[in-house]
Amino acid sequence: MRDLIIVGAGPAGLTAGIYAARARLDVVLLEKMAPGGQVLLTDIVENYPGFPDGISGFELMDRMKKQAENLGLPIESREALSFRFDPDSKTATTDKGHEQARSIILACGANPRKLGIPGEELLIGKGVSYCATCDGPFYRDLEVAVIGGGDTAVEEALFLTKFATRVYLVHRRDQLRATKILQERVMANEKVQIIWDTIPLKILGDQAVEAIELKNVKSSEVLSLKVQGVFIFVGFEPNTQLLKGLVDLDELGFVRTNDTMETSVPGVFAAGDIRSKNLRQISTAVGEGAVAAFSAERYLDTLRG
Amino acid sequence: MGDLLKVTDDNFEQEIINSDIPALVDFWAEWCGPCKMVSPIVEELAKEYDGKVKVGEMNVDENRQTPVKYGIRAIPTLILFKNGNVAQTIVGAQPKSAIEEELKKLL
Repeated sequence: MRDLIIVGAGPAGLTAGIYAARARLDVVLLEKMAPGGQVLLTDIVENYPGFPDGISGFELMDRMKKQAENLGLPIESREALSFRFDPDSKTATTDKGHEQARSIILACGANPRKLGIPGEELLIGKGVSYCATCDGPFYRDLEVAVIGGGDTAVEEALFLTKFATRVYLVHRRDQLRATKILQERVMANEKVQIIWDTIPLKILGDQAVEAIELKNVKSSEVLSLKVQGVFIFVGFEPNTQLLKGLVDLDELGFVRTNDTMETSVPGVFAAGDIRSKNLRQISTAVGEGAVAAFSAERYLDTLRG
Repeated sequence: MGDLLKVTDDNFEQEIINSDIPALVDFWAEWCGPCKMVSPIVEELAKEYDGKVKVGEMNVDENRQTPVKYGIRAIPTLILFKNGNVAQTIVGAQPKSAIEEELKKLL
């Protein structure tokens, strides 16, 4: 039996892997896609220390992956299908067989949350998008709406101004939640028009997005906005479907841990976006990955007595 | 054999539409991070389904006609073709199991 399984190769999982490999643990990292996680959705990362000119999301994650591999971390392309947490062993059943270890770090991350309004599901890939860096260039000389008011929404609205002639930023409140520096940039950008106090009701179109129907929450006025693209950035859904009933989750489905990153089950740790917490950043994920690996090592020591 | 086919506007008709076995085309671009998550999966599928499914990739920057024809506005998009017709479209980065599930329906 191995010492440790890490699930997920985003910043949290890869950092945990770097620490575990250097601690000479018998560790394996399982990733259902290629390593990188949600950072790959980011064009330029400006708030991760050490890169004064910023760094592309892909390059940053490629470097983290190479660093982990250079230190001997095995990264396997396997998708976890179910988990079993017994006191003396933690099992991940994957598409390529079982994996068993004395401890496990869950770094499965999160995915963009959907709005759940009519037209959204139907028009994914036909104008509805959750990734501006992937799909922005398809909207050259077109008009788009961005839904949300946090960091991601504002960053993506600014990115989209490289392509779209006009970007409507639709936000349900009368002020943005985004970091001040991003607010300053978006307010100064002539291509962005912010539509305050407004929520989306439905996305219209048959073969492609044609318009979005909006409602002002203060006046209850309903208006239709002609756009060819709707980019949705309204938070995250944790990838904890497989963990329900196994570890303690918060009301939104994120994994609860203590400050050693241990979940409600001894020997089961969590790090990164999957955790219940206030701030989801690369820098926080990296820190939690290090703590989780350290805690897993301590846990293994106690088992050995 | 078993290598990933480079699909272009020029060879699309011949290689994909006229293919006598089902085909899968991965529409991607250099600037798309999630595309790079899917690329290794598509390469694996090319090897594993060699002779059963023709697996290719098309760069949407270098080839403008085919993506427009199929209304592609998001990448990565995987389109599965059977007898020259679109059998299934998979938008966004998906795990290998999800892609294989759709592939197997075509066989």
